[in-house]
Amino acid sequence: MVDPDRLTETFLEMIRRASTELPADVVEALDKGREAERRDSLAEKALVTILDNVDLARQKVAPICQDTGTPVMWIHHPIGVSTRVLEKAMVDAVRQATARQFLRPNAVDTLTGKNTGVGTGRGIPFLHFEEWDSPDIEVRMILKGGGSENVGAQYKLPDNALGAGRDLEGVRRVLLDAVFQAQGKGCSPGTLGVCIGGDRVSGYEESKRQLLRPLPDVNPVPELAELEARVLKEGNELGVGPMGFGGRTTLLGVKVGVLDRLPACYFVTISYLCWAGRRAGVRIGEGGDVTWLS
Amino acid sequence: MAELKIPVDDEAVIRELKVGDFVELTGRMITGRDAAHKWLLEEPREDVAPYMKGTMIYQCGPVVRKNPDGSYVFVAAGPTTSIREEPYEADVICQYGLRGVIGKGGMGQKTLDGLGRCGAVYLHAVGGAAQVLANSVTKVERVFMLEEFGVPEALWVIHVERFPVMVTMDSHGQSLHRVVEAESRRKLEELLGLETL
Ligand code: SF4
Repeated sequence: MVDPDRLTETFLEMIRRASTELPADVVEALDKGREAERRDSLAEKALVTILDNVDLARQKVAPICQDTGTPVMWIHHPIGVSTRVLEKAMVDAVRQATARQFLRPNAVDTLTGKNTGVGTGRGIPFLHFEEWDSPDIEVRMILKGGGSENVGAQYKLPDNALGAGRDLEGVRRVLLDAVFQAQGKGCSPGTLGVCIGGDRVSGYEESKRQLLRPLPDVNPVPELAELEARVLKEGNELGVGPMGFGGRTTLLGVKVGVLDRLPACYFVTISYLCWAGRRAGVRIGEGGDVTWLS
Repeated sequence: MAELKIPVDDEAVIRELKVGDFVELTGRMITGRDAAHKWLLEEPREDVAPYMKGTMIYQCGPVVRKNPDGSYVFVAAGPTTSIREEPYEADVICQYGLRGVIGKGGMGQKTLDGLGRCGAVYLHAVGGAAQVLANSVTKVERVFMLEEFGVPEALWVIHVERFPVMVTMDSHGQSLHRVVEAESRRKLEELLGLETL
């Protein structure tokens, strides 16, 4: 039987890691970007500032960005573990993380405009549960910032203006348009989480789940791996650059998933993750042993 | 370009700044976002005016810690999206004699015109760099409208040292945002083999 207090404690530590420590692969990609930029360009300066900021946050155990976003979490649990117990432990963890300033109070009552003050609210955090055969509990999460959430998009194919039909070439076209439309506003350089297919609900969920993949992860489907590599290259050729200052580093990664669709629908859904691609995870064994994932 | 001391007495110093310059600010400035901008234009705010003349307004909703002795420390202080202040900013600049705005994402034509007319610049801070920017805040001198607006929306008078920003809109009608958008649009059309979107 899982001990709810231990769970809360472990979840709190996972959230602290997410908010204050940027995953190594993201730091590496930002550093590569810095090297690729022209010396003394604004793009280079922006990336230097970002990398300094990441170091400082880790040292000070303080949030990388003041917008600590929405905690979006996928929870796998064994047969017989109550999802209500898990949910309560997670909500408590988010509240404690907010009280300890790892998270900003980020839930606003949409009707009154009043901040709930505790970091949680209706639909916040966003939790997705799945039962599995393993005896372990596994949680994977991202903190999804508001500025980057605002530049997400859902396209409906065909899109005549972009010459985008219902095939992977059409997908490529709308993805490049989305990168162009975002400019620097989602705090570029960012990562595209993409879902081809699905409906208007499942598409966004899958597009966010794609953002759990580490940047070096190669898509097991060869056509999609090719699409990811091509959009990454061409997205960077657009020249938007860090913060929209112009430059070579606009995207850090492109991650594409697929869901089946209705015959009448062909959605391409894009979630944009800002440079502060805060990802974390934990696996809790049957005996309570904890393994940190990234 | 190295350090720029603020407040700036001489308008010529601001007129020299060009799109693409990197600047580090040292001196005194004030924060203000949505509520502050609206309030500043409702009527002349005599008590705040001296803290605005010749300096920059930083569009920022900081996280602030209060010390036991009553003083304040900026804990996280990244820029917020500027375009929301587009209806107000040019008037705030010209009425209060500001020499600049600091934010992210750039602003529109009305602000660009205001920069030219009144001798000011738009400075882009690095979005999300909350720790680096908070670290450059060396002192919180005083705060206006804290009770009424709350911490993020209050007007904080702060001292900064080597606060890093990029000039992306200048007082000569130039905007880096416009240039990057036009160039990336051209590139997109080329990649997609489209005539004109
Ligand atoms: S988009 Fe990301 S980096 Fe930018 S302010 Fe929001 S959370 Fe921070």
